Amino acid sequence: MDRIERSMSLTGEPPKALNTIQKIATLWGMTGLAILVLAALNTSFPNKGLWLVLSLVSIVGGIVLFAKGAYAGKPEGIKNHGVWFKSVSGRGFWAWVAGISLTGFYVILYFYAELLGLNPGGENRGVIALFDPLSLLLSGNPASQWFVYGTLYTIAIIAFGIKFIWKYRHNRYERIRTFSVMFFQTAFAFLIPEFMARLNESEAYNLPYYDLKSVWPLNYYLFDGYSLDGLLSSGNLGLYMLIFGVASIFIITPILTYKYGKRWYCSWVCGCGALAETAGDSFRQLSDKSMFAWKVERWVVHSVLVFAVVMTTALVSTYLGNDPGAHWLTRDIFLVGVGVFLTLPFAAIWYFKRDSLKKDAKLGAIAYLVIILALLGIHFGSGNDNIFLFEASNLRQWYGFLIGAVFSGVIGTGFYPIFGSRVWCRFGCPMAAIMGIQQRLFSRFRITTNGGQCISCGNCSTYCEMGIDVRAYAQKGENIVRASCVGCGICSAVCPRGVLKLENGPLDGRIDANQVLLGNDVDLMALVNKK
Amino acid sequence: MPLHQPMEHIVIIGNGISGVTAARHIRKQSDKRITIISAETDHFFSRTALMYIYMGHMKYEHTKPYEDWFWKKNNIELKRAFVQQVKPEAGELILSGGETMAYDKLILAVGSKPNKFGWPGQDLDGVQGLYSFNDLQELELNAPNNKVCKRAVIVGGGLIGIELAEMLNSRGIPVTFLVRETSFWNGVLPSGESEMINRHIKKHHIDLHLGVNLKEILSDENGKARAVVIAETGEEIPCDLVGLTAGVTPNIDFLKDSGIELGRGIKVNRFLETNKPGIYAIGDCAEQHEAIGNRRPVEAVWYTGRMMGEVVAQTICGNRIQYNPGHWFNSAKFFDIEYQTYGWVHSDQRKPEYEDHFHWIHPDDTKCITIATHRDSGKFLGINTFGIRMRHDIFDKWLTEERSTDYVIQHLGAANFDPEFYRSFETEVLSAYNSQTVNV
Ligand SMILES: Cc1cc2nc3c(=O)[nH]c(=O)nc-3n(C[C@H](O)[C@H](O)[C@H](O)COP(=O)(O)OP(=O)(O)OC[C@H]3O[C@@H](n4cnc5c(N)ncnc54)[C@H](O)[C@@H]3O)c2cc1C
Ligand code: SF4
Repeated sequence: MDRIERSMSLTGEPPKALNTIQKIATLWGMTGLAILVLAALNTSFPNKGLWLVLSLVSIVGGIVLFAKGAYAGKPEGIKNHGVWFKSVSGRGFWAWVAGISLTGFYVILYFYAELLGLNPGGENRGVIALFDPLSLLLSGNPASQWFVYGTLYTIAIIAFGIKFIWKYRHNRYERIRTFSVMFFQTAFAFLIPEFMARLNESEAYNLPYYDLKSVWPLNYYLFDGYSLDGLLSSGNLGLYMLIFGVASIFIITPILTYKYGKRWYCSWVCGCGALAETAGDSFRQLSDKSMFAWKVERWVVHSVLVFAVVMTTALVSTYLGNDPGAHWLTRDIFLVGVGVFLTLPFAAIWYFKRDSLKKDAKLGAIAYLVIILALLGIHFGSGNDNIFLFEASNLRQWYGFLIGAVFSGVIGTGFYPIFGSRVWCRFGCPMAAIMGIQQRLFSRFRITTNGGQCISCGNCSTYCEMGIDVRAYAQKGENIVRASCVGCGICSAVCPRGVLKLENGPLDGRIDANQVLLGNDVDLMALVNKK
Repeated sequence: MPLHQPMEHIVIIGNGISGVTAARHIRKQSDKRITIISAETDHFFSRTALMYIYMGHMKYEHTKPYEDWFWKKNNIELKRAFVQQVKPEAGELILSGGETMAYDKLILAVGSKPNKFGWPGQDLDGVQGLYSFNDLQELELNAPNNKVCKRAVIVGGGLIGIELAEMLNSRGIPVTFLVRETSFWNGVLPSGESEMINRHIKKHHIDLHLGVNLKEILSDENGKARAVVIAETGEEIPCDLVGLTAGVTPNIDFLKDSGIELGRGIKVNRFLETNKPGIYAIGDCAEQHEAIGNRRPVEAVWYTGRMMGEVVAQTICGNRIQYNPGHWFNSAKFFDIEYQTYGWVHSDQRKPEYEDHFHWIHPDDTKCITIATHRDSGKFLGINTFGIRMRHDIFDKWLTEERSTDYVIQHLGAANFDPEFYRSFETEVLSAYNSQTVNV
């Protein structure tokens, strides 16, 4: 192996080399970034609006021109030449530089926003001030660090989305899917909340920031006291939004997940998914495919889910308890309801699907259920004002810090170039965990394996951003039905033998590994399948 | 007599797909002692993915279908060694370095090696095939980039040749591709398809020479290849790498004096048994006494290696059964164009007299299909599909049910396996088919 590794260290040769267009593009994009950095260092720009536009146009232009250099004029097809040779996508020097810079950016964003120029009392400074003109234009308010972040986030999805579409232009599934995430990010996460802020200029409205496509428990702040207050004090619109939020959780999500798998959300709508699929595309191959990682994944993501459920239950019941009699829903009814609601699906899964669950999945499920129910019990037993063992607001703060900031932001996105693009979605997202359970058990979605055509090459597993060892199923002729699959479709795209197809179909035989066709005559297959 | 008979020791030479499949299935059904010997790599990797390592799509570790702990966990012993000699009478192997190993049953899964046809200069530095992991390392030395390797010449227009062309192309190395046939792979593909692939190869800026043979490879003063000479024209093409990809042969030199019956490969019966009791041969290296159906006596493809591994495992575990492959299928990729085949579609030269072809090609020149029909009965014989994915299970079923081509064309949509939202071409195919039938 050493010989191969050695000659791979030669720099600047195809397929690693950048062509002239790509070099110009890099320079252009970096100029855009440099303007932002200068602004952050408190360089005062005379005409902020103009410089902001210049900066954003340069960033988008640089990325799009880079894509043109990479893909234009080349025959349509898979474009993975040199992925593992390039420093930035092969966990080399530039990957670490990028990872550390991104992580640093997130730390500042979440915990030291004043370094970016945030000044809630007075006039913004630094890079946040640079965004004031755009924010004033959209919502009428000065920018915040979140506005800066949201703008850059959206810009990244649009620019890298264009790059992605160029790269996969032969693949209609990828094209349409990418248009979808670009649209939902721009309209739902970015523009609509800004316009909603406009409504708040009127006395009748007091709407919180609400990205309508962001569903609890991903959107864990939906049930914060301020958010509920805001929605409930904003007339019918606020009420409808709250009803929509609850319906998204209990009606829309289960129906769509049943019909299409969790991909309808994770790789078509969700903002985290949108960034992972576009800006993160160059890093998808870095995800860990080992059995060990899969084990860690199941424990961690379901623990976050439990944390989210406990925290939200605590928040809502505190909210209800603060003002007894204000709502038909009392705190006790709510808590009993949660208990019943959690127990029913667990019991149903346990009863109907116990055969298809692996042993540790069963153990985990029982353990979690017991913990939650025990906590509920403790609460009813103890009768003090704290919810469960902790104060609800403390729980909420810890959740926001650990899960919302550190996990989804600093680790989830900051470490793209080291751990791959879906670390958060795979190990952290409670929404993905819920939909994953449903996808495994009650969904029409699967990745079909095409008989015996697999040559075990490993492209599918390598390019799976969720770290699923797709090949392990494909080479046995089995369909892939995994909780974590977000349905990005890349395994199917990179497979050189046309083995994989994402599709929705009847539940019967979805997971059935028997009677698989691998090429031998049917009698032998019957024997082979008899374990 | 001891209470426990010592566990039967199954030794498998070769850790490729056939040997490993055999080992896995033996383990599924028994707790016999299993040892896999290979000289190539410590662990099983996918040979079919060699090209992706060179092109930077994957690293070596990604081509291993099982994690390294898998073998220990399943109690399959791995031995890195070259087997120099097999002694069937003694039930013993002589390994490189003189070590011996006893076996109770032996499975030969030793694969292939690249063909060399005695060309002058074929053993010079810078001349190589592409089969083993070692070949890949060699290539990394001979052709790391387009400064060291200013031009490469590939000799032999088969599946490995076109993969090598794509590989070198990915590093910006200019490639001259010498193909003996008048059109790429037209010993296998019907002309419409073969010609489409010719055009696709050229679109990737490969310098494709059809209908030419290699005369000799010229050496520089250091014993390194510096040019090739074309037989037909006498043209000399300077180059730094010569890739020999004119097919493969079973890798059986070390068995010459073993007493095991050899032909082109290791001769086996339908039970994959050699002439020596307790010795079996599977995969690329096995040669059937008589070809099965339209198949060749030596089938050097991934799938048949896997199938033979499944079969031999049954036999070894006490359920002696024949190798009885189902309907033929195969697949490949020519640069950006995927190819799948189900049943039999023969090339123009090899086509039996009763075989009729219906050919449809998309105007974008990257998709086409050819359907073979029995002229008298109208029975569907097979399909070649390029740039459109089709379902294996459906075609397998249709072949078993002996459907007519009319039926297949009518129901082609049910066999489509392209990703969701892809445009489908069933209506175009159907109308082309109908107008053709009317014309005849
Ligand atoms: C570049 C390339 C691409 C290919 N692509 C495809 C494809 O797309 N589809 C397809 O169907 N087929 C493809 N093939 C063919 C396919 O890979 C082979 O048919 C298959 O790998 C054969 O498997 P096997 O187990 O019979 O032998 P092998 O994989 O060759 O394994 C034999 C092993 O035995 C070892 N061995 C041999 N002799 C000794 C000895 N004396 N002592 C110790 N060890 C020994 C060898 O080192 C080797 O590791 C491709 C082949 C190559 C080279
Ligand atoms: S499914 Fe396709 S990509 Fe995955 S290992 Fe098999 S052939 Fe390779």
